[in-house]
Amino acid sequence: MQWDWQVFCEDTITREVQPRCFGPGGDITYLEWMLSAWGWTVSVSVLALLLALVVGSVIGTLRTLPHSPWVVRFGNAWVELFRNIPLLVQIFLWYHVIPALIPALKGVPGFVLVVIALGLFTSARIAEQVKSGIQSLPRGQRYAALALGLTTAQAYRHVLLPMAFRIIIPPLTSETMNIFKNSSVAFAVSVAELTMFAMQAQEETSRGIEIYLAVTGLYIVSAFAINRLMAWIERRVRVPGFIASGAAGGH
Amino acid sequence: MLTLDWSFYNWDVISNFVLKGLQFSLMLTVVATLGGVAFGTVLALMRLSGRAWLVWPATVYVNGMRSIPLVMVILWFFLLVPFVIGRPIGAEASAVITFIAFEAAYFSEIVRAGIQSIPRGQVYAGQALGLTYGQNMRYVILPQAFRNMLPVFLTQTIILFQDTSLVYAIGAYDLLKGFEIAGKNYGRPIEAYLAAAVVYFVICYSLSALVKRLHARIAIIR
Repeated sequence: MQWDWQVFCEDTITREVQPRCFGPGGDITYLEWMLSAWGWTVSVSVLALLLALVVGSVIGTLRTLPHSPWVVRFGNAWVELFRNIPLLVQIFLWYHVIPALIPALKGVPGFVLVVIALGLFTSARIAEQVKSGIQSLPRGQRYAALALGLTTAQAYRHVLLPMAFRIIIPPLTSETMNIFKNSSVAFAVSVAELTMFAMQAQEETSRGIEIYLAVTGLYIVSAFAINRLMAWIERRVRVPGFIASGAAGGH
Repeated sequence: MLTLDWSFYNWDVISNFVLKGLQFSLMLTVVATLGGVAFGTVLALMRLSGRAWLVWPATVYVNGMRSIPLVMVILWFFLLVPFVIGRPIGAEASAVITFIAFEAAYFSEIVRAGIQSIPRGQVYAGQALGLTYGQNMRYVILPQAFRNMLPVFLTQTIILFQDTSLVYAIGAYDLLKGFEIAGKNYGRPIEAYLAAAVVYFVICYSLSALVKRLHARIAIIR
């Protein structure tokens, strides 16, 4: 077969190859379209990650509270609910079902709904890691904090959580990379991210191999960048004397 | 407030759409698990062999698969397989090949961890008995490794079952598709997606509860 990398320099409307690969005026080439799709992938992933970290930390912490069985049960139910339904089905629920049941959400753009879906799906997995991070701390740490006169909230804020978060950095790294990969499911509700671009551009140009190669390359570059960034953070926040333990992630 | 109407879910709809899709999803899960474990074991043995020409192709394969989104892998195979074998294959057949190839990368990591969890003494004991490398693997190492890894295997299989819904990307007829088509035919997409969520939840929740019990039993024995 013949390679045809020029396809990326083609205008998306006239299919004419543009000199310098960028469309003049308002026109865009496939290259520009792909870069903008990469931007959507990054935006969905980063926003979903923020949501997942906040919600996951809260739920994970709630699940370790002593003497509050109902709060723990609520946290456990949250995790079971969000991890036993496939992500794609959850995205459909947020996109098709919830706006129909809650009219106030009708005007919300699909992008936001996908961020919520991906963020809450991942929050369950992060909650699980935060919980096991807190539980893996020696019991003495909690008692020492309480003996110093800290309230439960202060003990979590100043002693337990800072330690737990450092311990769970390796599984959080896999989870961050998973969010990037999972953002590809947003194609199903027409968010203009990389997978959506790949499917549409392959349809229009029939140069599937070149387009899939480029998109796959961008996913790998993104994954590698996250990996290096997390490794850097891990080195920066390392607590002397504590060895962070790794754990396997899903996809 | 919207009112939900479930009346269209009679036996005909369930057996024609839902069960047809469920059958494919379950078949894909079982075939991909068996194929993925078999191929994944080979990959794990290659990576543990210590011979560069076996180690690095397996490493590249496993890390490559693990760094690409499953949806992209599904699209790749859907594009490439007909190109390689010279004739079009259906979305369903393409999904089966993709899932075996993709899950093998994940299962190989599980098998590798399982083999590495076996104490060195077991390997030496096998060698002392005069077993060859192959016999040692077959009779001593792998049976114990698989047993240690059983809970992780099953958890991965539950994830796999959830991931089968991604064949949506190539339009294969799976459980989710079955619900979706039923919903479209009767103009009730909301009920269809809700029902799909409930069915996936019930299946995955019960399976993970079973795995939890199994895990507790194995933990006591060891």
